[in-house]
This record gives sequence, C-alpha cells and structure tokens, in this order.
Amino acid sequence: MTSPTSSPLRVIGRAVPVPGDAAQPLMGCRVRAGFPSPADDHLDVEIDLHAHVVRRPAATYFVRAEGDSMLGDGIHDGDLLVVDRSLEPLPGRVVVIAVDGEPTVKRLARRGEQTFLMASNPRFAPIPLAGRECEVWGVVTHVLHALPGGGA
Amino acid sequence: MIALVDCNNFYVSCERAFAPRLEGRPVGVLSNNDGCVVARSNELKALGVAMGAPMHLLPPAIRRQAVLLSSNYALYGDMSRRVNLILDEFSPDVEAYSIDESFVGFAGFAVDGLEAHAQRLRETVRRDTGIPVCVGLAPTRVLAKVANHAAKKQAAYEGVCRLEADGPATRALLASLPVTELWGVARRTAERLALMDIHTAWQLREADPKQVRRHFSVVLERIVWELRGRPAIVLDDMHEPRQRIMVSRSFGRLTGAFADLQEAVRQHAARAAEKLRGQGSQARAVMVFLRTNPHLVGERQYRNSVVVPLPAPGDDSRELLEAASWGLAAIFLEGVRYQKCGVMLLDLVEADRHQLSLLAPRSEVERGRSQRLMAAVDRLNREMGRDTVRFGLPRQGTAWALRCERRTPRYTTRWDELMRVRTG
Repeated sequence: MTSPTSSPLRVIGRAVPVPGDAAQPLMGCRVRAGFPSPADDHLDVEIDLHAHVVRRPAATYFVRAEGDSMLGDGIHDGDLLVVDRSLEPLPGRVVVIAVDGEPTVKRLARRGEQTFLMASNPRFAPIPLAGRECEVWGVVTHVLHALPGGGA
Repeated sequence: MIALVDCNNFYVSCERAFAPRLEGRPVGVLSNNDGCVVARSNELKALGVAMGAPMHLLPPAIRRQAVLLSSNYALYGDMSRRVNLILDEFSPDVEAYSIDESFVGFAGFAVDGLEAHAQRLRETVRRDTGIPVCVGLAPTRVLAKVANHAAKKQAAYEGVCRLEADGPATRALLASLPVTELWGVARRTAERLALMDIHTAWQLREADPKQVRRHFSVVLERIVWELRGRPAIVLDDMHEPRQRIMVSRSFGRLTGAFADLQEAVRQHAARAAEKLRGQGSQARAVMVFLRTNPHLVGERQYRNSVVVPLPAPGDDSRELLEAASWGLAAIFLEGVRYQKCGVMLLDLVEADRHQLSLLAPRSEVERGRSQRLMAAVDRLNREMGRDTVRFGLPRQGTAWALRCERRTPRYTTRWDELMRVRTG
C-alpha cells in the first residue's frame, strides 16, 4: 500500500459537471477527465434519494401499484411508483393511464398507425386504444420494490 | 401587466385529478362535520345546488346522482402549493391571494408574447397537476379580476383573456358587468351605488373618483382608478367579504428565526380573526404560508403552505391562533431566510346560519363564553387601540381530529393513502 504524499494539494482548476445530462450524479460532481477532483471531498452532501428520483417536484406523484400484469417491467403488486406528469407519453414508456375513468399502468406501444397498451406479462393481450375513452395521467419513472422483510 | 390565475372549481378539480371517473359527473365537496356544500362542479351547479347548501336539505334525487365528498384540506393545500411552484417558473413575482388564486406580476416582460406565455402557464399547470386554470391579464388587479371572469365565462377566450386599460373590448365587458361582480365591492355598497344610478362597472369607472371617495371609501376610489387602468390597490387592503380573509406582510428584513415567524403568524391570525368576527363569519380552515424572497439570486428558495382544518367552524381567536401556529410548525424549514408569511381563513360561513356540530368540542355554555370574551377583546382593541389585548400562548391539547366519512385519500401527503393504480 502506498502512503499518501505529504506535499500539499495544489488546486489545478474547478471540476466541471457534465452539462446537458438530466440525470443527477450521485457523487458531488462528475468530472470530464480521468484525474480525481480535489474538490470532490468537500462538495459531498447527504445523498438524497428523493432529489434523485424527483426531477420536477410540482409534477411528481407517488402511487401504489396493484396487480401483476407488469411483472416484466419489475412492477410487483404493492410497489411504489414515481410518476412524473410533465413527461411526454412516448411509445415505449410506462404510463399511468385512465381507461374509461379507471387508472391503470401499462406500457405504450405503437404498431403502424395504432397505439396499444401493453402488459409486460404474456398472459395479457395488447389493448388497442382506438375507440376507447382514455387519458394519460403521467409517466412512470421509477419503481420502488420492497423485498420481503425489507420494509415498506 | 398583471395576471390573476384562478383555478376552476378548485376543490372539485383536486378530487378529479386523482379520480378520473369523477370527470363529467356532478361533484360536490362538503365542509367538515356540518355538511354544507363548499365547492361544486359545473354539473352540480347545473342541477341547481347552491353554494353553502346544507347537505341534509338536498333533494334525494340530487343526492343519488351527485358524488358528495368531505373536504380533504391536506390534498387541497398540497395542490395549491404545487400550482404556486409552477407559477414561480413563469414569473419571479407570484403572490398568493387565496388557496386557489394568485396574482402573477409580468412587469418588464415583453408585452407581445404575454398571451402565449399565459397560455403556456395554463397548459403547464394543467399537465403537471391536472387542475384547469383561467388567466386574466390586465394593467391592474381589478381589471385582471374582470379579465379572469371573462376568461372563465366565455369559451372563446380559451382560458386566457387580456384586457387593455382602454379599447372597445374593455368597454363592452365593463358595461355588461354589474358592480356587484366587481372585486372588493360589497353588496351594501352596490345597493348605495344603485341609488346614484351606478349599476355597471363601466358606470363606476366613469364616476368622479373624488366624489366616490367622499360618499364611500378610499378603497372604492382606488377601484375606480384601477378600472381606468391605473394601479392603486395594495393586495392586503382587499378582501372580499364572506368568502375569504387573508392577512400577510413582508418582513422589514429577511429572517430565519422561528420566533419571528411565529410572532408574525400569530399577529396575522389575530387580525384575521378580528376581521372574521367583524363581518359575522366563522372559518372552517386556516391556511398558513411562507416564502423566501424570489428576487434574491443565490439565496436558498423555499415556498410552502399548509391548510389546517378546524374541528368545527369557529371565530375564537385562541382556536385560530393555535391552528395557525400548528400549521407554521409543520412547514417551517430551518436555514432559509424568509421574506413573507401570511394567514388565510378559508371556507367562511355566516356565524348565525351555521349549524352546530354534534362533534363540536365545546358545549353551548362554552360557546357563549367564547363569544362574550371575543366581543370584549374586539371592543377593547377598537376603543383603546389595536393590540391593547393580545393573546398569549395557545391552549394545549385541542384535538384536531375530524370526522369526515366521505373524505377521499390524502393522495399526496400520506404514504398509506397513495392513489392506487391497477396494472391488470
């Protein structure tokens, strides 16, 4: 094991966070080049899971999933879902959608001109949206799944 | 330019945001415990149900058709907070006026793009919260209120109405608007104006401001100036009788001390309680809000509010002060410097009309004593000067638990009451 050098650290420059990336780095900051930032040790704040999963506080809601049709996406019965209402319901995204007034969780899919609601469990058939009364409520961004004995 | 952003049927819209099946149905929100209608969807209004109608007097046919819910103040308070957070993105100058209305200042904004900006604001609030809002844009608060009214009533505006100080559209609108519909004009004032042959907002605008001041009040004179497009109203001076009461102040200097805020909130609550008794009303809930100075760059920003429901409609300062203190403690955040705090009294009911709740914690004898005490306090403060009699520490141990059998889950503030979505 090498011992740390005794010479005082020199500040070379401020570490610059990578711009344009919506994801928040978990550490104090993300660095472009390969050398460690001397500032990192001082920038650390408590890791805040809420800040990590909530991008837009005014538009973010927590909801509880019921049922097992979305197991393929890691959504179990009783899981906590983080839903962002400000995100666009693009094909491929998992959404909370009110179908005939009942909110449900499904993945949006597009086939040709048609939009479908897909369950991620092969036991459930795709539901074509055409001709149904539905409104996207929000886009699911995270799933919080408690393991047995692991708490809520 | 200033905008009044007003949420449509706010309580009902909050309920619908989490229960899409309520869309298109007649929905009413009831006051806690005493069962009066305090909010109505358009469908319920169309059935002829009046604001404040006691639930037990509603015809059975309507009770069968309508969805009647207990008020869910935790939910409404949180949704109000979210709406104001979004408004902050559209202007640094947002002032909450009530739980469902805010004034948004657009001084210094390019005038040309304002309507598009307001339209984006409206769409963002709708998208992020599910709550529909209307926006009234005008050079003054009174005209912004009128513009909002028009935006709400006339579908052609698509939710955003802009009024200039002058112009044929402004004139036409004001000429068709009875003075009773104007912000800050009480019913009795309207009756006296009618004797002077002033019936419409346009006629009031054309009246002589000096005469109006002599015959009525400074506030009514200011309303005349505002109708002409000249800003004259300080928000804290305005409150619409019988609907809501609000008292707020900015601090002389920023403060992070809980004691300062507590002192201010208690003073505001006491002042609001006095106004409440002055107009012979009782409140069903108390809202406390606080915020930092949004114009200070580099300062940690924070804005929050909370609604504390009362066990029964009340006008006792001690009760209102305790609710306000309780609310403040719930939202106070250490380590930020506050610029403003305030207290709003919500869902007012006329004191003489309110039905006694079986669950009211106080007996009739106590009620009588409270009334005499408050009357004495108000008289002393009136005759000997404000703050002659002030309230010390609140009583301990009042239960804030409410019975609300028809209350929907507190979707946004309780882990065990989150919205449930089926996956299959």
